Amino acid sequence: MKILVAVKRVIDYNVKVRVKSDNSGVETANVKMSMNPFDEIAIEEAVRLKEAGVATEVIAVSCGVTQCQETLRTAMAIGADRGILVETDADLQPLAVAKLLKALVDKEQPSIVILGKQAIDDDSNQTGQMLAALMNASQATFASKVQVADGKATVTREVDGGLETLALNLPAVITTDLRLNEPRYVTLPNIMKAKKKQLDTFKPEDLGVDVAPRLKTIKVEEPPKRSAGVMVPDVKTLVEKLKNEAKVI
Amino acid sequence: MTSLVIAEHDNQSLKAATLNAVTAAVACGGDVHLLVAGHQASSAVEAAKQVAGVAKVIHVDAPHLENQLGENLAEQVLALASNYSHILAPATAVGKNTLPRVAAKLDVAQVSEITKVISADTFERPIYAGNAIATVQATDATKVITVRTTGFDAAATGGSAAVETAPAIPDTGKSSFAGREVSKSDRPELATAKAIVSGGRGLGSSEQYHAIIEPLADKLGAALGASRAAVDAGYVPNDYQVGQTGKIVAPQLYVAVGISGAIQHLAGMKDSKVIVAINKDPEAPIFSVADYGLVADLFTAVPELLTELSK
Repeated sequence: MKILVAVKRVIDYNVKVRVKSDNSGVETANVKMSMNPFDEIAIEEAVRLKEAGVATEVIAVSCGVTQCQETLRTAMAIGADRGILVETDADLQPLAVAKLLKALVDKEQPSIVILGKQAIDDDSNQTGQMLAALMNASQATFASKVQVADGKATVTREVDGGLETLALNLPAVITTDLRLNEPRYVTLPNIMKAKKKQLDTFKPEDLGVDVAPRLKTIKVEEPPKRSAGVMVPDVKTLVEKLKNEAKVI
Repeated sequence: MTSLVIAEHDNQSLKAATLNAVTAAVACGGDVHLLVAGHQASSAVEAAKQVAGVAKVIHVDAPHLENQLGENLAEQVLALASNYSHILAPATAVGKNTLPRVAAKLDVAQVSEITKVISADTFERPIYAGNAIATVQATDATKVITVRTTGFDAAATGGSAAVETAPAIPDTGKSSFAGREVSKSDRPELATAKAIVSGGRGLGSSEQYHAIIEPLADKLGAALGASRAAVDAGYVPNDYQVGQTGKIVAPQLYVAVGISGAIQHLAGMKDSKVIVAINKDPEAPIFSVADYGLVADLFTAVPELLTELSK
C-alpha cells in the first residue's frame, strides 16, 4: 500500500511575519522557511504506518518553488522513501494544489493521502478536502488517531466539543490535527541518507493542470493593533477595575 | 443573487454559529436561504425559521445526513448549488470539513474564514494567524465562503421564514459514522461564551488546571480554555485550545492565567472585549494585548481573586 503525503514550505512558525510596505503581501525575503508543522505530523504518521507494516512506500510531494526540494529532503529524512516536486513560481492556491495532487494520485495510485489540516501561512484549511472531492474519495479531516486494517481506515477526528470516529473506504484522504503524533527529530545520518533518495520534478504543464489563481489579493495589511492596557498592582485593584471601569463582572 | 447558508445543528438545536453566518450572507446582498440537512431535525428547522433575514429554510431529511458526514453533506449542497450565487457556512468543524469539497466540485475557489464583507465578491480574511489581514476578490461565478463567527454579529430571531422540503441525495457510502465522544460539561461552550478563563503551561499539571482554573470559571460563569502548550502537555483535551489552530474566540471577558501569549494564542483571542492576564513574568507577550495585567504568582493570585469576587 502506497501513501502519498503533501508537504508545504512556509515561513517558520517562530518568525514574526511583517507586512510589506506596498501592502502586496508579507515579507518572505531572507526569512527562515520550514515545513508546515501539520505536514510534519502527516509525514510522521505515514512513516509510522510503514514501520507498522501497513504501508509499503511513502511518497512526499511538494508544490512550489525550487527550494521546496529542501522541504522534501526533510520529509525523506523523517522517512519518506522518495519525493516529487511540482515546480512552479506561480502563486499556488488550494484548488490548484489539489488538482496537481490529483494528477499525481492518478499516476501513483496511493491508497491513502495524508496532508496537514491547514498551512500556517494562508490558514485556508482546504486542500485535503478539495483533493478528496476531486478523487471522489472518502475523507477524514482533523485526525487525532489513524488505524488501517482490512481495507478500511478508522480515523478519530477532533471536532467541536469532542471526538468523532469514522470508518473510511479506501482510497481515503486524511488531514492531520496536532495531537495525532509527535514528529521525530531528524538525525544527521538520516539527513545524509535522504540526500541520496529519488526526487522527481514535474511542471504543472507536464501534469496538464491550469494553476491560475482564482482569488485575487487586493491588499494585505497589518491588523488593527490592540494597545496594551494598564498593569494593576494587586488582585483587589483588578476586581475593582473589572467591576467599575470595564463593567464586565 | 441568492445566498445559501449551511446551518450548523445537532438535529435538535440550531447552533449559534449559524446566526453569524447568516449575518455575513445578508451582507453579501440578495435573499438568504438556510439549509438544514439532517435526520429528524424538526426542532432545528423550527429554530431556523425564526432567524431574522432568512427568506426560506430548505429542509432535507435522511438517515445518512444525521452525522453530517463531509461526503454526503457536500453532495447535498451540490444538489442545490446551481440556484445560488453564494454558499456560506460557519467556520466550524463541520463547515470547514464540508465546504472545500463543494468548492472543488464546482471548480471554484473557497474563501476561508472571512471576517468582513467588503462587497458581494470581496472579503477580508486573516492570514498568518491573524498577523496580517488580506483583502481578496473571488473571481469565480459561485462564491464559496466559510465565516469566522467572531467577525460578525449574530442575526436576530423573530423571523418567520417559509420551509421547503428538498429531496435528499443518495448515500455516497464512502465513509460511515462509528462513534462520538462528547466532552460533557455544564459550562458554556467555548465558541459562544460571554466569558472565558484560559490556562497555560504555567499551571504545571492537569490537576492544577482543574484546581485553579475551574473554580474561577465557575465563579464567572465562564467557559474553559487553554493554550496549545497546555494541550500539548496533556493538561486538557484539544477542544479547549484557543488559538490559530484551535478555536477563535471573542468573549466579553477573557482571563489568561499562566499563558505567556505566543502569537498563535493571541491570534485566537485578541478580539475579546476585555482581556485580563495573570502571569509571573512581567515580560510575557500576553501583557501587550491585555487591558488589565497582573504580574503575580497565579497560585496565590487566582485564589485571592476568587475570594475578592465572592465579597
